[in-house]
Amino acid sequence: MIDWGQVFSNAAVELISPTTAAYALAALGLAIHFGYTGLLNFGQAGFMALGAYGYAISILTFGFPVWGAVLVGIGASVIFALILGVPTLRLRADYLAIVTIAAAEIVRLLFTTNTFVAVTGSANGLSEYKDGFRALNPLHFEGTAGFGPWQHSADDWWVIIVSWTVVALACLFTWSLMRSPWGRVLKGIREDEDAVRALGKNVYSYKMQSLILGGVFGTLAGMIFIMPRAVIPAHYATSLTFFIYAILLLGGAATILGPVVGSMLFWVLLSFFSGFVARAVEVGWLPISQVQGGQLRFILVGVAIMLIVIFRPQGLLGNKKELAFVK
Amino acid sequence: MSSNATPSSKPVKSVDLHVGDAAPGCKKNDPILIADGVRRTFGGLTAVDVDHVEIPRGAITALIGPNGAGKTTFFNLLTGFDKPDAGSWTFDGTSLAHVPAYRVARMGLIRTFQLTKSLALLSVMDNMKLGATGQTGENMFRALLPVLWRKQDQEIEARAVELLTRFKLDAKRNDYAASLSGGQRKLLEMARALMSEPTLVMLDEPMAGVNPALTQSLLDHILGLKEQGMTVLFVEHDMHMVRHIADWVIVMAEGRVVAEGDPHTVMQNPAVIDAYLGQHHDSDLGSSDADNVEAMKELLDDDK
Repeated sequence: MIDWGQVFSNAAVELISPTTAAYALAALGLAIHFGYTGLLNFGQAGFMALGAYGYAISILTFGFPVWGAVLVGIGASVIFALILGVPTLRLRADYLAIVTIAAAEIVRLLFTTNTFVAVTGSANGLSEYKDGFRALNPLHFEGTAGFGPWQHSADDWWVIIVSWTVVALACLFTWSLMRSPWGRVLKGIREDEDAVRALGKNVYSYKMQSLILGGVFGTLAGMIFIMPRAVIPAHYATSLTFFIYAILLLGGAATILGPVVGSMLFWVLLSFFSGFVARAVEVGWLPISQVQGGQLRFILVGVAIMLIVIFRPQGLLGNKKELAFVK
Repeated sequence: MSSNATPSSKPVKSVDLHVGDAAPGCKKNDPILIADGVRRTFGGLTAVDVDHVEIPRGAITALIGPNGAGKTTFFNLLTGFDKPDAGSWTFDGTSLAHVPAYRVARMGLIRTFQLTKSLALLSVMDNMKLGATGQTGENMFRALLPVLWRKQDQEIEARAVELLTRFKLDAKRNDYAASLSGGQRKLLEMARALMSEPTLVMLDEPMAGVNPALTQSLLDHILGLKEQGMTVLFVEHDMHMVRHIADWVIVMAEGRVVAEGDPHTVMQNPAVIDAYLGQHHDSDLGSSDADNVEAMKELLDDDK
């Protein structure tokens, strides 16, 4: 028989996992780009890769402290946003999408190539960069602690606390910006940038600010993402950007908490289906192999997302009224 | 139809705007905008080729001409939305060549668009507030501290309410702009342009697609701008509107200014009749030519 308790508790673990927080933060960055400013950035994986590698390389190759490594990552993503934005933000939205997707791939391939293997670790990636972060941990206990299904070691709790604190601060920051006149200009640009230009706003500068801010959120997400795992270049393929878009649309594109709720739902569903399929294969309910089962969970998540998008197209937290006017 | 609408009170026409004969490119007593040698080509087509034109201050000037005369392109060039191949133009004595569109707007030259650009998924009030210039809270870092911008935002809101009331849109202030009718969107766009307290308002076909019930109030609003000391330049095909509210008419055809004058005498000008009727006299009259014939008839009727 299937151990349903185990399936559900494994799914519940994902609710507050650092990976969920990382995806939520990256999706919040996309909400700024796409939801509020209308910039079709398909290169969020590139910003995340810069955060991950910026942090890991600073520590491993240059021996920077944690705060220095974080600043290097942020600096790298600001420069990346400027390089990306200067030629492309004057283009129409769909051209920006093509350029960003290519730029993110260039970043990933640069980290994969053997030429820089001493620094980037090539396809094997990087590890052993976590000591500095762990040394900051004020929690000290042996074994695991927690409540219900959430039983973690002191180091894991430290990652969870820091990552969700960053997500909460980012949400607060975005919320206070979006209710301000600055946010009003961004939303105006999303609707019609020529109209906003005719009202005396420097549209190009606002788009650049939006690209940098959302990119920095993606970079911070990249740093959170590597805390429970190693830095592997294959993680930063285009599919990562698409998962983050799925999360954003699931939660609601122009919302603050939508990305958080979307990310939680996405990971809980993924973990639930993965546990369910694996056990269903074990007990012989499904006539497929374990490997096939691993693919099936993405199919099931895809179906779940399709159902939500079809029956609740504004996303879980989106405003239904907005859809009344979408052509 | 819309062309039968008249302003509710007889407009006071500005006179004595020009120096010497009312010829194309004639000097004005007090020009606000002067364009010299502005030329724009698209491949082999010369869309705009204006040698010299002056827009009189404090008056309502209409820019008319048959379809494809280059009126909207000229508008785009003057406001920085398009770059000319050659030419210079000054606004209030300041050169505007190579100045980006948003800076032109900040100098007090505000335009509207032929196809209305209301910001659909912003509320009517947010549309209005966006029109105000010099907002402290539009800086990303200051935006984080509401203390710095809240007071200014309230002042802007009060001004927006006043304008919305004038344009009879105040009941709609919390609705999405997308929920407004086409005519209401034209009104909103005009009201939004006024939020920046411009000195020159350029309206690109303010009457296009407006329901007849609203034309009346639109005409009154345009006359109201002049009363408040603003200069208005508008492109329009509705000849009755031109006749009723314009103080000065500039006629463009095939990219050039072919005639200028007050609305009643300019239509006697053979160049204007040529522009509207003569350019395709040896070919079939298409529908746009039929429109032009109609427009000319209206104009000539008026002088009887």
